[in-house]
Amino acid sequence: MNKARQNPVNALAAHTVLILYTLIALFPVFVIIVNSFKTRKSIFREPLALPDADSFSLIGYQTVLKQGDFFLYFQNSMIVTVASLFFILLFGAMAAFALSEYRFRGNTLMGLYLALGIMIPIRIGTVAILELMVQTGLVNTLLALILVYTAQGLPLAVFILSEFMRQVSDDLKNAGRIDGLSEYTIFFRLVLPLVRPAMATVAVFNMIPIWNDLWFPLILAPAEEVKTLTLGSQVFIGQFVTDWNAVLSALSLAILPVIVLYVVFSRQLIRGITSGAVK
Amino acid sequence: MTALTLKNLYKSFGKVDVLKEINLEVEEGEFVVFVGPSGCGKSTLLRVIAGLEEATSGEIEIAGTPVNHMPPSKRGIAMVFQSYALYPHLNVKENMALALRQEGQSKAEIEDRVAEASRMLSLEPYLERRPAELSGGQRQRVAIGRAVVRQPKLFLFDEPLSNLDAALRMNTRLEIAKLHRQLDTSMVYVTHDQTEAMTLADKIVVLRDGRVEQIGSPMELYNNPANRFVAEFLGAPSMNFVPADWLDGEKDQEIGIRPEHVSIGEPGRLSGTVIHVEHLGGDTNVIADIGGETPFTVRLFGQYQIEPGADVQLGFADEQTYRFASDGSRVR
Ligand SMILES: Nc1ncnc2c1ncn2[C@@H]1O[C@H](COP(=O)(O)OP(=O)(O)OP(=O)(O)O)[C@@H](O)[C@H]1O
Ligand SMILES: [Mg+2]
Repeated sequence: MNKARQNPVNALAAHTVLILYTLIALFPVFVIIVNSFKTRKSIFREPLALPDADSFSLIGYQTVLKQGDFFLYFQNSMIVTVASLFFILLFGAMAAFALSEYRFRGNTLMGLYLALGIMIPIRIGTVAILELMVQTGLVNTLLALILVYTAQGLPLAVFILSEFMRQVSDDLKNAGRIDGLSEYTIFFRLVLPLVRPAMATVAVFNMIPIWNDLWFPLILAPAEEVKTLTLGSQVFIGQFVTDWNAVLSALSLAILPVIVLYVVFSRQLIRGITSGAVK
Repeated sequence: MTALTLKNLYKSFGKVDVLKEINLEVEEGEFVVFVGPSGCGKSTLLRVIAGLEEATSGEIEIAGTPVNHMPPSKRGIAMVFQSYALYPHLNVKENMALALRQEGQSKAEIEDRVAEASRMLSLEPYLERRPAELSGGQRQRVAIGRAVVRQPKLFLFDEPLSNLDAALRMNTRLEIAKLHRQLDTSMVYVTHDQTEAMTLADKIVVLRDGRVEQIGSPMELYNNPANRFVAEFLGAPSMNFVPADWLDGEKDQEIGIRPEHVSIGEPGRLSGTVIHVEHLGGDTNVIADIGGETPFTVRLFGQYQIEPGADVQLGFADEQTYRFASDGSRVR
């Protein structure tokens, strides 16, 4: 950053605000992780204390790993999230490319139709979706979830990506055409790398709601072998007793992959932003 | 054989006609420049020739072959863009080699052609660099190199110099002229800069609002413009126009006088007051108010001490004036 343009008072104020916000945002996560390592009693006695020799316990993690098929749930969530993101990005980018690159009859109408999905929540169609899944025999499969999440993520993906693709230089695409590249090569090799920051944004926006979703797993795939992590963790929350150790441990474990995926995508985000600015 | 023939070419975007009735022949080895003001359809015409846009009607032939329904890569053309349009993820060498690899040329052939082009354009030190690590001028040379390696029948340039600074523009202009002499291939070059047009062209095509106004060699166009638009567009500073009845001509007509054909001193045929003087060293431009809508420019060769506010008499010979009717057409 440019030193000459930095005003120390402004910088201090900005950093104070940012640090405060970070603390507030991270506090719940901190509480969850800290308490997941404590005995049940000490969770309630001193929720904010760090675990010490007395209160330290791995009972929550033991319960989680023993009871239910935690690794299977984990794997299911991972498959659903990664596959959905892959299809959202692939089909979203392809549709966005077609909308922004080719002039055809009904282009604008098609764009509006796709954008409509942003305004109408997919859950309104839950009953119809369930009927559809029953008829096609997809109930209790991961595929059902992947299809639904892909549909849910596409409108926003198309909207954001087509905006970015309009900004990719026409000359570059035309140079590719003159050099004999196919439209697919132009799309995958020239355009996609240039909209990588936008792809990362779309991925981050979609990843967290999909990973955390309880609604569709509960309705479309409640069977033991296709349970997602969020749904699987619900067994510890009962109507009368809740195994808080287990809930907190399960949540702590569930946070991890989200953080890993986020780090992967956000590095793309940062790289994209700086590479564009410095040219 | 003709390198490029356009017959009755039209192009419209929806209801807007961007190109109207374009007829043109480019001979083999000829350097043709399209000039015209911004938005007149120069780039569109070039893109139609390249096959990046489809013509609404009319015929396009490149080296005798009709190409209306051929994809750009099969037309035997190469194009250099204003924004360079280099592939950002490939280094200089790969940028130049890509089209050849697409054509399925042998490795040795690709090596040869890339080596030759990079020698011609002094690109050898940069072959391993990415476009982002090059200066504007170097990038433009790579873009030209990428066109050269394809050994096309026709080069298309779309304002290749407009992103470069003045000194570099001059150098690259010379380099393009040299390249044309060495390769002896037909080139079509788009610019809105009339200096580039005059210096590079064998043949200039002046376009306005999608129509061809005049086609001819630079000197034909300068000495014998077909209408007021061409007369005003070519030549810097541009031609002066005065109402003809000030000079005993017919009412509604206009007389055009080039600034370099005017002398200052008594007795003159027009008189005015100097409002500004530009000292360029070799030339002196005197801008005078003679009572018309636009100021009158005089280009004097050499250095003169003339102060703003001075009254001057302007003289010129009748043989060096041009007469235009009120609709802009030339009256001979
Ligand atoms: N894809 C398009 N859709 C609609 N109109 C277009 C399209 N491309 C160009 N035009 C219009 O066609 C006209 C000619 O554009 P063109 O780019 O050929 O101008 P130009 O002579 O190259 O101008 P410049 O010197 O500024 O590059 C302009 O009025 C422009 O608005
Ligand atoms: Mg243009």
